[in-house]
Amino acid sequence: MSARVVVDPITRIEGHLRIEAQMNGGKIDQAYSSGTSVRGLETIVQGRDPREVWAFVQRICGVCTLVHGIAGVRAVEDALDYKIPPNAELIRNLMIGAQYVHDHVMHFYHLHALDWVDLLGALDADPKKASELAQSIGTYAKTSPGYFADVQKRLKGFVEGGQLGIFANGYWGHPAYKLPPEANLMAVAHYLDALAWQRDVAELHAVFGGKNPHPNLCVGGMPCAISLDSGKQAGTALDVVGLERVRNIIEKMQDFVHQVYVPDTIAIAGFYKDWFQQGEGVGNFMTYGDFPAKGYGDPDSYMVPAGVILNRDLSHIEPVDLDAEAEIQEFVAHAWYDYKAGKDAGLHPYQGETTFAYTGPEPPYKQLDVENQYSWLKTPRWKGKPMEVGPLARMLMLYTTGNEKAKTLVDSTLQQLDLPVEALYSTMGRTAARTLETALIVDELQGWYDNLVANIRAGDVKTFNEALWNPETWPKKAQGVGRMEAPRGALGHWIVIENGKTANYQAVVPSTWNAGPRDAQDQEGPYEAALAGHALHDAQQPIEILRTVHSFDPCIACAVHVTDPEGEEVLDVKVR
Amino acid sequence: MPSEPTLGGLLHSQGVSRRAFLKFCSTTASLMALPAGIAPAMAEALASARRPSVIWLSFQECTGCTEALTRSHAPTIENLLFNFVSLDYHHTLQAAAGDAAERALEEAMHANKGKYLVLVDGSIPLMEYCSTVAGHSNKESLEHVCADAAAVINIGTCSAYGGIPMAKPNPTNAVATGDIIKDKPIVNVPGCPPMPLAITGVIAQYLTMGKLPELDHLGRPVAFFGENIHDRCYRRPFYDRGEFAETFDDEGARKGWCLYKLGCKAPIAYNACAHVKWNNGVSFPIQSGHGCIGCSEPRFWDMGGVYDSVAKGNFGDGAKLGAAAIAGAAAGASAAYLARRKKTEIAEGAHGDE
Repeated sequence: MSARVVVDPITRIEGHLRIEAQMNGGKIDQAYSSGTSVRGLETIVQGRDPREVWAFVQRICGVCTLVHGIAGVRAVEDALDYKIPPNAELIRNLMIGAQYVHDHVMHFYHLHALDWVDLLGALDADPKKASELAQSIGTYAKTSPGYFADVQKRLKGFVEGGQLGIFANGYWGHPAYKLPPEANLMAVAHYLDALAWQRDVAELHAVFGGKNPHPNLCVGGMPCAISLDSGKQAGTALDVVGLERVRNIIEKMQDFVHQVYVPDTIAIAGFYKDWFQQGEGVGNFMTYGDFPAKGYGDPDSYMVPAGVILNRDLSHIEPVDLDAEAEIQEFVAHAWYDYKAGKDAGLHPYQGETTFAYTGPEPPYKQLDVENQYSWLKTPRWKGKPMEVGPLARMLMLYTTGNEKAKTLVDSTLQQLDLPVEALYSTMGRTAARTLETALIVDELQGWYDNLVANIRAGDVKTFNEALWNPETWPKKAQGVGRMEAPRGALGHWIVIENGKTANYQAVVPSTWNAGPRDAQDQEGPYEAALAGHALHDAQQPIEILRTVHSFDPCIACAVHVTDPEGEEVLDVKVR
Repeated sequence: MPSEPTLGGLLHSQGVSRRAFLKFCSTTASLMALPAGIAPAMAEALASARRPSVIWLSFQECTGCTEALTRSHAPTIENLLFNFVSLDYHHTLQAAAGDAAERALEEAMHANKGKYLVLVDGSIPLMEYCSTVAGHSNKESLEHVCADAAAVINIGTCSAYGGIPMAKPNPTNAVATGDIIKDKPIVNVPGCPPMPLAITGVIAQYLTMGKLPELDHLGRPVAFFGENIHDRCYRRPFYDRGEFAETFDDEGARKGWCLYKLGCKAPIAYNACAHVKWNNGVSFPIQSGHGCIGCSEPRFWDMGGVYDSVAKGNFGDGAKLGAAAIAGAAAGASAAYLARRKKTEIAEGAHGDE
């Protein structure tokens, strides 16, 4: 019998993810992706005031801490046709863009880098050569031999102390690590710098939202009134000082992304070209679109367009309709839920239902029953097809719809690495797409900021539309969808409002698309498809699994959700 | 074999000067409301210690509490991780995965038996199959790891009081750490997420003083949760004068008037947001125009609507506060008095509930 390799917990992600890989010799024959924790947030928002639902659903995730809040307010605004002022749209764009930059940089250095960077390998580096390497690839201020010698000395002291802490039991010395010692040292130095950097740039959310993580938002605009004439003692954080702080943070983001993150990605990718040839996934890509220039209601004005790419065919974009019942559906054939219409049915999110139906092994367990149900994630499909969402999907969409900046970024990067476009359909392609997307977005921030300041100068300080704040002005029944492009991909929140209360709520999130289990036709999800065929050098140290799973940037608390429109608590537990 | 390296030796080897170290100690001391003269003693205590082992358990959580930890300015996350504690198990940050990660946990527990700190984020579902790690239910992991712990620190409202998974109708039968662990000292650092300084401050106090901080009746450190946000709010004078924002961008909102009528829960919330502020002092929710949602209080998700004034929710004396507000009375002193009384009643409500 062939072996089963189990990785649980998958660490350096958000949430609780388990991968089981059925081996055939040294290769993964079939991979199974399982979300192992559920909270039931969508059940919790039933019956509550739709204006406050954003605060609940924001707690779906504290990493992409903004995005579920944004999708939550947009869902209500879409249902009520509630327009928000241009300043509020610009502020939201700034906050979403800042979330991309913060998330993607932290993902690269703190969640993904150690799959490619051998921490202990950095101890063998020559700081002088590391300095030469750093100077050859970027314009970052910190590239002196002294800087690298200092980082190395600190690392040495730390390692010799014998307490490795978060670095204990890493796969250090694994032959899959290919970087020269100097590149390892450079990456370790930037790991530390990025820790300090992220703390500073998170301040942008605090200006507009009062704090980060979990900044505040509101239906109808933004709650942060613009305060121009206040002294320091009153007014709001969004005053001239706050605006200047935002400008400074944008600069700080641009510097780090262009001077450190982009060159590091290209440098590291250059040593792992074989990872541009594996880890593709399903070959279908979907975006919902985001960053409105003329309001949420005008998708043509979005910077990132919506659409579907099938089978890598970049010559044709299928439209995607989030309201069409036959397009986006969720299935539960291999998930621990029941549908009234049976396990093989698919439901559009407006009709979404979820009833816990745990059929897995009683914990503690060694192995899941992958032939039957094996995840708390449902299985979303577009017209029955699995879709990859996220930075790679967006960069392909931008690339193929003629976004000049995206095209230049992608082409020049591929040229630098001497790779064809097809190399994007891979583990490293996904990681590189995330970096290039960050380079694109970080430059857009400046434009949104300039427009906001121009509006304020022209006397427009409106940030909130009061017109539909009072639920008595609402129709008795309404439904809407809040769509966005979260850092991890296409995100939709569907709400049904009845008599001023939340009658149904459903979130279909990026990691559900990417990490969901097989469907009723046994089609794999993107994680599962991407892992199949990977050769494991050492099943005890399955670094190859981590590389590909991390390339998707899993966010599993996001991905697991449950709703029960009738408010029933039907719990049919069959413990096997 | 060489003797165990000390923290002082380690800091020295990493180029942290004694002066910088003392500065950290005096910052911590002042935050913890300790006498300033204690800093050298703290420095001494810290410098002679092996980095204490910290084991972080993540259950039904959103990782916002970990994100908050990384936003800490004093000490910084880099300092905390590499100089002050040994974070031996932490899913979001640790390099090892799968069996290697679980082995790191067991090794840390074994090597530091009876001495390690357990930090918990996320609630624990009593429907045990609703959340597992490495095939073990969260409840089993919690009991296993806490058995040999020195103390438990709950990071965030979910592990402290059940938080959002416990909000009605509590679909997974989620509970707080304290509902399961009864035989260990427990400190609650609530918030959704908690203030970064409250997280690192409690850890620093434990490291320096060798004991847990003074707690209030809800198990929270008095140093960070002893004051009412409304009492410390820079908008308080407007409340006292009866000047209220009526919408999110009327003239009052722009002038920083009181957000009471927009549902601000500061009068019933105890936390350091108003005076310490968030993200290196940039702002806090009220300063950016949105009312406090009371996230450091037990069951805050079910106490009343986010946009309902405290007078309308299940807040006890809120009604009296509201009457004072609507009348525009210069009710400062009495509001503060009521708010203080309120604190006790919320606790009683919390304990009496369910």
